[in-house]
Amino acid sequence: MAAIELDGLERRYGERVALAGVSARLEAGKTLAVLGGNGAGKTTLLRVLAGLLRPHGGAVRVLDADLPAERWKLPGKVGYLGHDPLLYRDLTGRENLRYHARLHGVRLERVDVVLDQVGMERRADDPVRELSRGMVQRIAVARAVLHEPPLLLLDEPRANLDPAAAELLEPLIGRASGRTRVLVSHDVAGALAEADVVLRLKRGRPVEADGELYA
Amino acid sequence: MLRAAATILRKDLLLELRTKEAVPAMTLFTITVYVLFHFGLDRNALDGDLASGVLWVTLLLAAVIGVTRLFAAEREQGGIDALLLAPVDRTALFLAKASALFLFLVAVELVAVPAYDLLLLGPGLGGTLPELLVILLLANLGIAAVGALVAALAAETRTRELIVPLLLLPLLLPLLISCAQATEPLMRTDQGPEDLGRWLGLLTLYDVVFVLVSVAVFDFLLED
Repeated sequence: MAAIELDGLERRYGERVALAGVSARLEAGKTLAVLGGNGAGKTTLLRVLAGLLRPHGGAVRVLDADLPAERWKLPGKVGYLGHDPLLYRDLTGRENLRYHARLHGVRLERVDVVLDQVGMERRADDPVRELSRGMVQRIAVARAVLHEPPLLLLDEPRANLDPAAAELLEPLIGRASGRTRVLVSHDVAGALAEADVVLRLKRGRPVEADGELYA
Repeated sequence: MLRAAATILRKDLLLELRTKEAVPAMTLFTITVYVLFHFGLDRNALDGDLASGVLWVTLLLAAVIGVTRLFAAEREQGGIDALLLAPVDRTALFLAKASALFLFLVAVELVAVPAYDLLLLGPGLGGTLPELLVILLLANLGIAAVGALVAALAAETRTRELIVPLLLLPLLLPLLISCAQATEPLMRTDQGPEDLGRWLGLLTLYDVVFVLVSVAVFDFLLED
């Protein structure tokens, strides 16, 4: 069963075309790697798939929800890890996660479980603004998987992580998680190694496998 | 929905307790304006319509500060995205934001009204305090409903510091008229409520209309 189906997706910001003619199909439990240089439209694509941005053309189907008409079906089913950690800097990591747990209707005991999984139990009661970038990223990962979503949308998920932390998070956001994943990364070799399907973008448009992405 | 609203409200109050961004600024602004009026009018005491006007215009201008800061954490730290990704009715966000603004206004008035009495009021509030409290609570309800709506509208704009007062103050004009008219008799030396019921009725009607309008349109304001 396809978890994601894109057919001719278009998205604009005013007159500027951010995505055009983007098509892809991803089966449940598989990984889609999205590759491309700066301004290729990778983050826009993730935000469209998350239901945060409205597609302006083409057909977009995510977890049986036709977007944008059935956007209401998506909340709670997507784990989104973007450039912004979506954490309040003046709350502690634990307070942030408890807040998200309540919003998602998740039992508060799960907060301690994910804090332990991301190795942040010891610093969980420090305000987020006092944590290093790597630690913030770990809390953000905990937030993204807290409600055990079937679909993970990951924008450079290993940014700011040291090798040990990256390995620690593997069962949560890596292939081992068993979840459907859309992975945006500048680490082309790493992303290709993880991917079942690859989407190459350049200035918002798909590029063939042998095409130049970064020129 | 109420549970989600309570969760968001609790987070907003906790953030305000930690950062102390809105309420202290609103309170300090209010006291400063009363001090300025005290010296600017070169009068030790005001009464009647002037007293009522000074009280309400100052409180509404202080509310602008609160409204401008109402979505600050959401805007600056991605809170809107987090809420849109959660299975939460957007009306819960409106309820939480309006409740937070209501509580901020109450906190400001706990300091500002006694300060106003001390700095500017001739007759003193004395026996008219219960009536004034009713007017304040109804006014806060209306300001909170309209304020949450305007704050959401301005949240994603770059010129929100301009948009908030430009939208908020005209929308609050009927509320200002009702509050000032209802309060004026309470601040005369020959104190006595005149037409208080009529103005309170108008305030209640304003509150009901704007709460309903805000709930109806709030969803659309958060759309991409």
